[in-house]
Amino acid sequence: MNPVIINLWYVVAAALFIFGLKQLGSPATAVRGNVLSSLAMVIAIAVTLFNKEILTFELIVIAAVIGAVIGAIAAQKVEMTSMPEMVALFNGSGGIASLMVGWAALYNVGNTTFTDVTVLLSIVIGGMTFSGSILAWGKLSEVMTSAAVVFGAQRIVNAGILVGLVVCSVLFCMDPAVDSPYLYAVIALSLLFGVMAVLPIGGADMPVVISLLNSYSGLAACAAGFAINNNILIVAGSMVGAAGIILTNIMCKAMNRSLGHVLFSGFGAVKQATKVEGEVSRLSPRMLS
Amino acid sequence: MEAVFLAMVLMLSIFLGFELISKVPATLHTPLMSGANAISGITIVGALISAGGESGAMSSYLGAAAVMFAMINVAGGYLVTNRMLSMFKKKDTNQPGGNS
Repeated sequence: MNPVIINLWYVVAAALFIFGLKQLGSPATAVRGNVLSSLAMVIAIAVTLFNKEILTFELIVIAAVIGAVIGAIAAQKVEMTSMPEMVALFNGSGGIASLMVGWAALYNVGNTTFTDVTVLLSIVIGGMTFSGSILAWGKLSEVMTSAAVVFGAQRIVNAGILVGLVVCSVLFCMDPAVDSPYLYAVIALSLLFGVMAVLPIGGADMPVVISLLNSYSGLAACAAGFAINNNILIVAGSMVGAAGIILTNIMCKAMNRSLGHVLFSGFGAVKQATKVEGEVSRLSPRMLS
Repeated sequence: MEAVFLAMVLMLSIFLGFELISKVPATLHTPLMSGANAISGITIVGALISAGGESGAMSSYLGAAAVMFAMINVAGGYLVTNRMLSMFKKKDTNQPGGNS
């Protein structure tokens, strides 16, 4: 199919995603919103299959069937009380998918430095979404302790991981090769960072964290969209990223807490966190109304 | 120029996302989170192109694995959201005055 026609269908899908997300936010139309949004997804997937760059379909069919069966069974089997855990797991699998899409984009010929940077972004955000979501699932389902895990040098370790991520990313961009050791280092560090970010947060705050990670997985899809120059990935990904941030904020307010408080309460900086809380609650009604 | 155009698309979509969500009742928080999560499975589009492309075996295998994971996200996400919403709807019909 002509790329222009494919992109026109992507426009239709994007419009349906927008209507779907809007209607999901109101009780009367939520069911219709979900149907519209799933219709948009079906359109986007179906049209993509007509892309001229896709030459073989065996792998796609096998992988898609396996994924659909796992997803459907998991969605049917899960208890109503353990929904947030399930969403965390689905979110994690979306994150690792974005990581792999970015990684696979490195094998395309003629990548610019801009592409390499967006690839690294999708790997870092996707990786930390994946490991963070798995950890959030572990805490909620009580596979591991749901208490906040804090140890002395945590902040130093986190700072070290961040510095390592930046250094390895820069070194990779200077010599982008698919078998570069720095690439593997970035993947490992981003997975580690997701774990370290969720570790100091207690189980009661996990729904907020899952909502934030959901926002990240949208951003990861958006970065992957830049890496492969795909409009629908950028539009849908960044929309979910932004909507996820707002939803996270709304959930925090419903719990009478601030996002800063949730993310850093494990570090015991209560005084600082309450200061942040006051500021946010004063600003946000003006911003949201 | 292409990058500038895409940056414009990015900026507009982010503002759109901010504006779309406002005043969500607490009962809809989890379904909305789950529904938005299903949309982030859109990365399957990129996965399909990688899996079927001719950029080498490694690229195809990575793409295929990504197709599988993204498909779990998409299929599971929409089905779970639907289940949650069907519960919610039942509750609403029991209490006709309760849908604010």
